[in-house]
Amino acid sequence: MIISVLHPGLLTTVQDLGRPGYQQAGVAVGGALDAGALRVANLLVGNPDGAAGLEITLQGPRLRFDAGCLLALTGANLSPTLNGQPLQLHRPTWAPAGAELAFGAPRAGCRTYLAVAGGVAVAPVLGSRATYLRAGLGGWHGRALRADDQLPVGAPSAIGQNIIKELTENQFAKSQASWTPGPRLCPVPRRSPLIRAVRGPEYGQFAAASQQAFWEQPFAITAAADRMGYRLQGPALVRLTDAELLSSAVTFGTVQVPPGGQPIVLLADRQTTGGYPRLAQAITADFGALAQAAPGQALRFREVPLAEAQALYLAQERAMRALQRGIGLRFAH
Amino acid sequence: MNQTDPSLPALPRQLYPLGDAAVVVQFGDVISPATHAAIRAFGAHLAQHPFAGLRECVPAFTTLTVYYDPWLVSDGGRHPPYETVAAALRERLAAVGPPAATASAGLVEIPVCYGGAWGPDLAFVARYTGLSAAEVIARHAAPEYLVHMIGFAPGFPYLGGLDARLATPRLAQPRPRVPAGTVGIAGPQTGVYSLPTPGGWQLIGRTPLRLFDAAWAAPSLLHAGQHLRFVPISAAEYAHTQQHDY
Repeated sequence: MIISVLHPGLLTTVQDLGRPGYQQAGVAVGGALDAGALRVANLLVGNPDGAAGLEITLQGPRLRFDAGCLLALTGANLSPTLNGQPLQLHRPTWAPAGAELAFGAPRAGCRTYLAVAGGVAVAPVLGSRATYLRAGLGGWHGRALRADDQLPVGAPSAIGQNIIKELTENQFAKSQASWTPGPRLCPVPRRSPLIRAVRGPEYGQFAAASQQAFWEQPFAITAAADRMGYRLQGPALVRLTDAELLSSAVTFGTVQVPPGGQPIVLLADRQTTGGYPRLAQAITADFGALAQAAPGQALRFREVPLAEAQALYLAQERAMRALQRGIGLRFAH
Repeated sequence: MNQTDPSLPALPRQLYPLGDAAVVVQFGDVISPATHAAIRAFGAHLAQHPFAGLRECVPAFTTLTVYYDPWLVSDGGRHPPYETVAAALRERLAAVGPPAATASAGLVEIPVCYGGAWGPDLAFVARYTGLSAAEVIARHAAPEYLVHMIGFAPGFPYLGGLDARLATPRLAQPRPRVPAGTVGIAGPQTGVYSLPTPGGWQLIGRTPLRLFDAAWAAPSLLHAGQHLRFVPISAAEYAHTQQHDY
């Protein structure tokens, strides 16, 4: 099975859950910015949640499936169509041989995930198929997709084959499944979301008024926003010392504040270490909301204690595992 | 805290969270070979005695950041994740022996063309430190640096051993793009940008050597524990080296 790229869209890359284990060599973990959305898309087509799919940014591509293909879309609603017919997100979908997937106006969110049964079968680099654009590593030749690229797709799993059977076998067959996961795993991206965060290691170095402003004022996402991070614009945050810090680890969701006072929130392709003070740290359960916010929108931050952040993480993980189990029970045989 | 005597293995150690899926183990607060050795020893100990849910460790000058999977660590939510990780780390900190002497990994020479278009901040560093540009170059090229860690970007070396007179603050706003090979200073640190990335360091020169290539068997030219020296070269030599290395 091959996916032909007729038009690449604004920024379409192959992503999986990233490349952990190489941060000691300075290699970012990377992977899908909205990992939860990619995981759900994969489960809906019977893939392991870490299979490679496509991350599609704001303006979607035009793709053709040269053979019949089970697919699912999650994340942002970029008005997807299959052979001109509107598609719903979060449903296993059968695309017959030669079908074209296209996208229209962005309605909610910034990044759509496309999973195909069998996964995008590019060769793993350092254990992952994720595209790390800055280093030109992984994915499809280390770069975003271009017109005329031909992406290989693997063979569907047994679960994937059973879902395909359900969608194609009888005379009432239709292209999209009637079932979908609950809203918890399929959130509709919100404009200007509230991002929950815990205090960062250098939180105490900031003036009380700046700490308060960080939790109370909106911060606009500027045009300097990519897979590495978002530069934000809002009230200037004042650090009480100008002592230079020794560089140390930074991670997805770390909010750094350079001396200029405008914060930067780091994402999947972040640097592995940094030396600007870490004011706060967005919680993992809200990475999806962060990833779905686009330049021009605003972020608001709300402080939560670490124990609450971890409880939210565990609840999200429990829901993901319940979905995986549910699909397995229904389609494994 | 005072400078720790390199002969003493026990550095003050502190644990604190970095978000909901990582914990930082801090060893004192000064750059020193002893701190470097203690961090490497603890990282090696953890690699041999991992706890369930350990994802990976990232060493820095005075910290080892330990990434974990809160689901696996807590056994599916049966235990509080952070407290469980902190307890596991405290247990291993108590068990790890003093750092063994690590064999030197050899001296690497990095040719650098200082100043001009390659080092647009050389004049600022000179002004800030009260030295002439030639003195900045001489002091930067004099020491044998220790590669404390590779971080920030693939193949980027963080070096210890910078002449204290050369310490210069970072830029107030990072540049959107620093070219690969650029040599920079940030506070008491110096390093080399291995890929074109945004960066807030003061840029004083550039090397024609490639520090990272995904196509290499070992994609990073440099590794923690190596020693290196910067060798000043002229613009003509820079161009010549570039022709031969690419």
